[in-house]
Amino acid sequence: MTRNSAKHILGRGLAALFGSYALAALWGSVLAHLLPMPRLDATLIATILSFAIFAGVAVYVFAARSLRSALAGLCVSGVAGFLILRVAGA
Amino acid sequence: MSLRQSQSLLHTWSGLLVGWILFGIFLAGTVSFWRDEISRWARPELSAPFDREAVLKAAPAELAKRAPGAKGWSIDLPGDRNSGVLLRWQSQEDGGRRPRRGAGDENSQWLDGAGNPVVVRETAGGDFFYRLHFDLHYVPVLWARWFVGFCALLMLVAIVTGVITHKKIFRDFFTFRPGRRQRSWLDGHNAAAVLTLPFHLMITYTGLITLMTLYMPWPAVATYGSRQAMIAEQFPRPPEVERSGKPEQLVPLAGLVDRAEALWGGRAGGILIAQPGDAAQQVMVRRRLADRIVDGEQTIRFDGSTGALLAGPRPESAGVVARGAMIGLHAGRFADTGIRWLLFLSGLAGTGMAASGLILWTVKRREKQPDPARPPLGFRIVERLNIAFLAGMPLAMTGFLWANRLLPLGSSARADAEIGAMFQLWAVAIIVAILAPTRLAWTMLLGATAVSLAGLAIADGLLTANGLPASIARGDWGMAAMGAGFLAFALLFAWLARHAAHRSQPAGRGRRVPQSAAVPAE
Repeated sequence: MTRNSAKHILGRGLAALFGSYALAALWGSVLAHLLPMPRLDATLIATILSFAIFAGVAVYVFAARSLRSALAGLCVSGVAGFLILRVAGA
Repeated sequence: MSLRQSQSLLHTWSGLLVGWILFGIFLAGTVSFWRDEISRWARPELSAPFDREAVLKAAPAELAKRAPGAKGWSIDLPGDRNSGVLLRWQSQEDGGRRPRRGAGDENSQWLDGAGNPVVVRETAGGDFFYRLHFDLHYVPVLWARWFVGFCALLMLVAIVTGVITHKKIFRDFFTFRPGRRQRSWLDGHNAAAVLTLPFHLMITYTGLITLMTLYMPWPAVATYGSRQAMIAEQFPRPPEVERSGKPEQLVPLAGLVDRAEALWGGRAGGILIAQPGDAAQQVMVRRRLADRIVDGEQTIRFDGSTGALLAGPRPESAGVVARGAMIGLHAGRFADTGIRWLLFLSGLAGTGMAASGLILWTVKRREKQPDPARPPLGFRIVERLNIAFLAGMPLAMTGFLWANRLLPLGSSARADAEIGAMFQLWAVAIIVAILAPTRLAWTMLLGATAVSLAGLAIADGLLTANGLPASIARGDWGMAAMGAGFLAFALLFAWLARHAAHRSQPAGRGRRVPQSAAVPAE
């Protein structure tokens, strides 16, 4: 394993780990507000789905062309989720 | 870098990071599909068949004798797969939680199936492996659960990326090229993973769901303000029963259990009696979890003095059922014998998948070493950890079972000593794994496991009535499966030990796979 690929793996790995969890938490919260069900059901089902979001984001971070574009994607999705949450949670 | 290459990287490194712990979680979880059978095996004193009428009469009488004026009584009824009735009580002063089943609590008493008090050896039984599966041991429970959840998340990622890495997922079903080192390990890893892929995905995802609000509290924070607030709505607690001070007879339990079972169309798994012997007493009858796939409490509350129905089971809404069904699928309590064997075999395949993936990592790299006689430190650490976990843990688990049979029955803190025996044996195995030459270490530990397992089957035949021939003659298929299982795994480990002893030298003098063929061509 070359030093370059080690750096590559570490960067993507950290982005995948923290990015996935952050986006899963964020979009899980968005879903908890938006799912058309009573509050308890919407929250439980949103929490169930958040783990699928986690896995999907991890795949995306490693599939992106570069670490930079992966981070850009995470940021766009994060800001979008945050705005929806602000509107839906208000 | 192509999508497949990038996913292959993610698969390799997320897998290596948590592979050993995943192996342990898989192994402990897989044997926990036989939790009730292991518990019954560990308590051979409890053999009488369950007589419901006798037990429901004897249990409150015994409790009234042992714990009059208690704050609460609890009666755990056996299911179809275990035997014995566990009585527990809680004094008025004791506001705390109920102790762990069988953990040597002085406020408890076992009855046999006929309702007679029995002295039972102190053991955690199958509950030990079940707890080990997600609470680990010697670690604060909360840390352990976080760590296990972290491993499960990476496992989920490893499964998804493993699928993407595979172009020929269908052909892998039928591919096995034995005797070719790296290829064989790769094929074995693929077969174990792909054949039971739906199971792996199900078990990993539902495993995360069992503790989901611990791992992912944020949706609850978003809608409820806190995780606790949601849990309060999810599991409302009945109000505490206040003592009136007026004594009153407890109504016969059998009638209440009959009515509860008719209301559910199911069977009762346990009974709680709050403020027994007082006019205000209440009886809570709990439904057996094995009754249905959805894991969720369905309790019916009666007035213990009059027998009047106070509250039926709560209706379950969509989200509650969705969560409960996923947890139920994970624990497999609903499974009949056939499905239970399928779950167990799938779990074994998962254990094998984790093990072969870890071995593949070393096999693949060994052949590329510049000087195979002196591999780099990282490689040597992985190699030794593989031995310590893949061969050490199964051996250690047999140590727990041996301790159950060999420790003096009345010794103090016996349940803890059984668990201690497992970790002491594991420590010895780890020392062997570090000090002995790798091939010798593999052979010794795998061979010792084979001998230990075979010995358990033989000792059962000599020391208990649960030996394989006796169990078959009695038609006791749970205990027969334990005995047959010991023998089958003894053979498997003997074969593995032989394989480890005869494998070609690590220097790669065996048939070598050309570099270009390491990734199967389309």
